[in-house]
Amino acid sequence: MTTDPNVDSPRTAVSNPPIQPMKANLGAGDVMRASAMPDLAPPERELTPVAKLIDVSKCIGCKACQSACAEWNDTVPEIEHNVGMYENPHDLTPDMFTLMRFTEYDNPDTGEFEWLIRKDGCMHCADPGCLKACPAPGAIVQYTNGIVDFIHDNCIGCGYCVTGCPFNIPRVSKADHKSYKCTLCSDRVAVGQGPACAKACPTQAIVFGTKEDMLTHAEARVEDLKSRGYDNAGIYDPEGVGGTHVFYVLHHADKPALYSNLPEAPRISPVVEGWKGATKTVGLAAIGLAAVGSILHGLLGRANQVSAAEEHEAEELVERSERDA
Amino acid sequence: MMARRIYSQSGDHIETTAPVTVSRYRGFTRANHWVTAASLIVLLLSGMALFHPSLYFLTALFGGGQVTRWLHPFVGILLFLSFLILFLQLWRLNLPRPEDATWVSHIGDVVRGEEEKLPELGKYNAGQKFIFWGMSALIVVLIGSGVMIWEQYFPQLVSIPVRRVAVLVHSLAAVAIILIFILHVYAAIWTRGTLRAMTRGTVTGGWAWRHHRKWLRELAGREKRDPAE
Repeated sequence: MTTDPNVDSPRTAVSNPPIQPMKANLGAGDVMRASAMPDLAPPERELTPVAKLIDVSKCIGCKACQSACAEWNDTVPEIEHNVGMYENPHDLTPDMFTLMRFTEYDNPDTGEFEWLIRKDGCMHCADPGCLKACPAPGAIVQYTNGIVDFIHDNCIGCGYCVTGCPFNIPRVSKADHKSYKCTLCSDRVAVGQGPACAKACPTQAIVFGTKEDMLTHAEARVEDLKSRGYDNAGIYDPEGVGGTHVFYVLHHADKPALYSNLPEAPRISPVVEGWKGATKTVGLAAIGLAAVGSILHGLLGRANQVSAAEEHEAEELVERSERDA
Repeated sequence: MMARRIYSQSGDHIETTAPVTVSRYRGFTRANHWVTAASLIVLLLSGMALFHPSLYFLTALFGGGQVTRWLHPFVGILLFLSFLILFLQLWRLNLPRPEDATWVSHIGDVVRGEEEKLPELGKYNAGQKFIFWGMSALIVVLIGSGVMIWEQYFPQLVSIPVRRVAVLVHSLAAVAIILIFILHVYAAIWTRGTLRAMTRGTVTGGWAWRHHRKWLRELAGREKRDPAE
């Protein structure tokens, strides 16, 4: 039961919403990490980790998830031009948090033509690169249930999240200069509802529940796919980012790049780690030491003074050259 | 015909003789220098605010994070243009000369303020030249890497991996230029009588004799020969 008061987060996306009003069950006390807030108070409780599983093998490319996403988040993606491909819009935008990416694949092993359709969007990393890169306190938060959310009131639109994300997900709006991405429907999860995309998916290629349940379900799906000849079927839950709270079942898990360049081994770039690690700490320390040191030395040390004799020398020099002229 | 200037800039001249004061920077150069200085301070404060969480409160100086994010790159362009003018004016006299090596090898005497042990110098010593070239190079690096991470106008200019390198290079260059900036301010204050070169535009004869004697000699040698100069 999703509305069971003893259950801290919804266990499925398919149940219908309660008809009585509900208090939001996801708030500031559930934040375990926040951008640019190293001294954040520990969360008040530990929620059960949730996850959205996207079974690519079951996807029929209907885009109901995209429609549901735009509907729920009240976004109006710009109408673009048909350039001969199914992707619409052509990329994630500040108004389109999820996108079906279509790949036509001629499988050289079987000679079969395969249509690989991957629902792209935020992966909700356990180790989020966006959160690490973000300079604005509290603009990106991670809840104890695993959801990584942008708090737009705190966002300054610098685009550092774009730099930090290993999956190229966040998009900064030209309208309000704030960054947008999938919220894993944190506002629905807070009231016992699964994400809108999972709710809308007609084939249940997208399912939602606890991470544990979803992994069990994914393993069963992988078994099924293997029994149907997809020997390399597997789960994409990349360890490099600590695992993700949106994860895939892929029929070709050995070649994730087939699916519109899904990264092989995503992790926060070492360049970003260096920038937000040593550079930040050592740089500030060096500047602080130089500033304090020069002020102290300026106050306590002996200044470099011009003497009266030197003033006199200068006068003589100028007089001499005037005489010689 | 006047002799060619080697150690001085056109406009540098002995302004008064008793006591001696020497004009070092014209009004335009000084005004422009302070534009560069003000820009650098705004960039330093706004940049540091976005560099380290403990300094994020500095965004309040500019009216919040969004304004800080918007303002920083524009001030960067202002600094670049204003410094470009300074660069075009000063680069020639900042070229290295043989006496710079001697000066550097006597850096201990420089720090102790024992300038009688140092060679006679033109308008700039090796330390000033280091600051000049350091700032010049870092400003080029900062404007280049800055445009690459300017989300508002150039979000697609470079790929995300390049952008990561750009943001790292930008912060390293920023730390370096702030250190040079501190050195610049410190040296200008420690060497008494220097600041007035950038406020009133003149220095005393004794200051010029002590720190930049070749420069003073050249200017003295030009005195009264060509009043139109």
